[in-house]
Amino acid sequence: MRQRIQIPMPVRYLINGALVVLLFLLGQFLIANNIISSYFQKILLQVGIYIIAAVSLNVATGYLGQLPLGHAGFMAVGGYTAGIFMKSIPLTGLPAFVLAIILAGIVAGIFGVIIGIPALRLKGDYLAIITLGFGEIIRVVLLNIDSVLGFKFTGGAAGLMGIPKYTSFPVVFICVAVTCLFIHTMMKSRHGRAILAIRENEIAAEACGIHTTYYKTMAFVASAFFAGVSGALFASYLGLLVPGDFGFMKSIEILVMVVLGGMGSMLGSVLAATVLTIVPFALQSISQTVADYRMVIYSVLLIVVMIFKPSGLLGTYDFSLTRIIEGLINRAGIHDGVARKGEKSK
Amino acid sequence: MKRNHLLSLVLSAALCAGMLAGCNSGMPSSSTGSSGAAGGSQAASGDTIKVGILAPLTGDAAQYGIAASNAAKLYFDQLNAAGGVNGKSIEYILLDEKGQAADAVVAYNNLLEQGVTAIVGDVTTAPTIAVAVESASANIPMITGSATAAAVTVDPDTNAVRSNVFRSCFIDPFQGEKMASFSKEKLGAKTAAILFNSNIDYSIGLKDAFIAKAGEIGLEIVATESYADTDVDFKGQLTNINAKAPDVLFCPDYYQKVALIAPQAKEVGLTATFVGGDGWDGAIEAINDTAMIEGAYYCSGFSADDTSEAVQKFLSDYKAAYNSDPNMFAATTYDAAAILADAIKSAEDAGLTAGSDDYKAAVISAVSKTDKDYVTGHFTFDANNDPVKDAVIIKITDGKYTFDCKF
Repeated sequence: MRQRIQIPMPVRYLINGALVVLLFLLGQFLIANNIISSYFQKILLQVGIYIIAAVSLNVATGYLGQLPLGHAGFMAVGGYTAGIFMKSIPLTGLPAFVLAIILAGIVAGIFGVIIGIPALRLKGDYLAIITLGFGEIIRVVLLNIDSVLGFKFTGGAAGLMGIPKYTSFPVVFICVAVTCLFIHTMMKSRHGRAILAIRENEIAAEACGIHTTYYKTMAFVASAFFAGVSGALFASYLGLLVPGDFGFMKSIEILVMVVLGGMGSMLGSVLAATVLTIVPFALQSISQTVADYRMVIYSVLLIVVMIFKPSGLLGTYDFSLTRIIEGLINRAGIHDGVARKGEKSK
Repeated sequence: MKRNHLLSLVLSAALCAGMLAGCNSGMPSSSTGSSGAAGGSQAASGDTIKVGILAPLTGDAAQYGIAASNAAKLYFDQLNAAGGVNGKSIEYILLDEKGQAADAVVAYNNLLEQGVTAIVGDVTTAPTIAVAVESASANIPMITGSATAAAVTVDPDTNAVRSNVFRSCFIDPFQGEKMASFSKEKLGAKTAAILFNSNIDYSIGLKDAFIAKAGEIGLEIVATESYADTDVDFKGQLTNINAKAPDVLFCPDYYQKVALIAPQAKEVGLTATFVGGDGWDGAIEAINDTAMIEGAYYCSGFSADDTSEAVQKFLSDYKAAYNSDPNMFAATTYDAAAILADAIKSAEDAGLTAGSDDYKAAVISAVSKTDKDYVTGHFTFDANNDPVKDAVIIKITDGKYTFDCKF
């Protein structure tokens, strides 16, 4: 039997990189020519923000197999960090925003460590409850810290206003691409394999010498970091943050995206985040009767998917362009220019 | 396996049915009013002026949003029936923003896309501020009938007035001040206690203004207690307040909370007179036993018992159109639509093209120069784009809202 052909790693990255650049240029082209209007652009930005949130939650839920319910809490930490940072530094424009995004991720990551170490000693329902508690604590602290401190910090119930609005298509696109790339490579590395091993069987993983607490915390922190990034983008997208925006329902909304897309599938999270963000707006613009019943349609959609495909739309399937190309090459029987399985590429 | 399938199908069908039923009973006014929403006018686009209406039609604030948007639609429908603005009809586009700031910004951009020249809305504070910030660049005239926070029309960081944003309702501090002086002057109170919601800006704004005014006029505040938005038990705070035996209890929150607080206050034996802000509108409908809030006073922009012709006409028109009684935000939003339409008329008189920058600027300047009687009173606007008008004090007597006085 003929050996299967594999595309060498550098070429794989080149192909995927080219795809990302193409998508970016396509988006830029469509915006520049007003084919994507400002209305759709706003939706597109929201889609990007939710993709980052869903993909990052997928690390903790899908790959690590835990059920954290405080993802909106990390978004809030990131959002407020970025908002307060940008308001208080003299720097303006893109450099300030990039710094704010990175800082937002780091601060959210630190919170991830603080929450993760005690929380990850627990499993299942208990972890869900402790993270739910964390999310609520964040929201309540943001609401009340001003009256405790006695000076203006988060803006309390009125919200943090006057955040500079820098969130644009290129920034969001790059953040989405970096998030997906980072999480993808992390999951393909030994760290990722360790995380998957913990999901499959924690006791067996520990018996194999995997430091489970370390890897669980690592996955949790990575998840929190990118949630913080999406929070920063959200803050600068809206220019206004209200603690109520980061309630329990927001965490559930993101979790629904992950579960609906398929736990453990990055493409699933991306697709579900896209569809679930667009659907409410799209239904509203179809016709008035549809608009009146769109909440019902939305819920029915969720129920139907969960009944007929409980593992989510894509299960654990992940999209791989190179795998498709490989399949095509193998079927066509083209050998030149690609290495055989088992051979090391040079 | 087959049985499982059947079971899941039945269950899902039951769920769907339940939701449909819940939805039908939950939003009757929205569906009755929707017929005109897609196309407020029949005329060709050249003869119409497009106006956007933003409101939460679903979610927690839906009760306000539906009433407010119905009132705005009612006004524009009446105006179109009466010949429109200089022969041009108003085409309104109503969009739901679910009470979320992020959705409001998207909806605003949708309106912009469809070429609206002005906006009535938004309804609740946070989405309104988000839209106000977003609309500054396009300089779209916008009048809200219900966003009471000071930050809606004035940027709190720079103290700069958002020149394109107006409101037809009172701001929070104004209501707190009114109720403090009302308690002192009309109710003869010497001591007051405050029970406020520390999680919502509205409640905090009213509380701060009440305390400031009370200090000024010599009304002693004997207790200030707070609770969180999700609390349902207030007996601890109420017992503390009761120990101080205040003459009045100022309770600046929305009707849902009032309906929970009032019975518990009676349980702990509190006899103080309840005083509240305009969020109390709807308390009678929300409470099981209206005896609990009997004798309470709150300030409002509007009273259904006002005998003036404009108010009575609005009441009967609204009732005829939607088969329900309008609340205060319906009245103020009706006025918002009217003020906007009058301003549009003056821009039309000047012969400008709808949607152009000059047109928008003309509408804005006309709104700020408003000096006319509307349903909720005589309107002029101050330098902060807030209305200057009398407040109506409403007393709850025999389980009904009754007009007490203009104060």
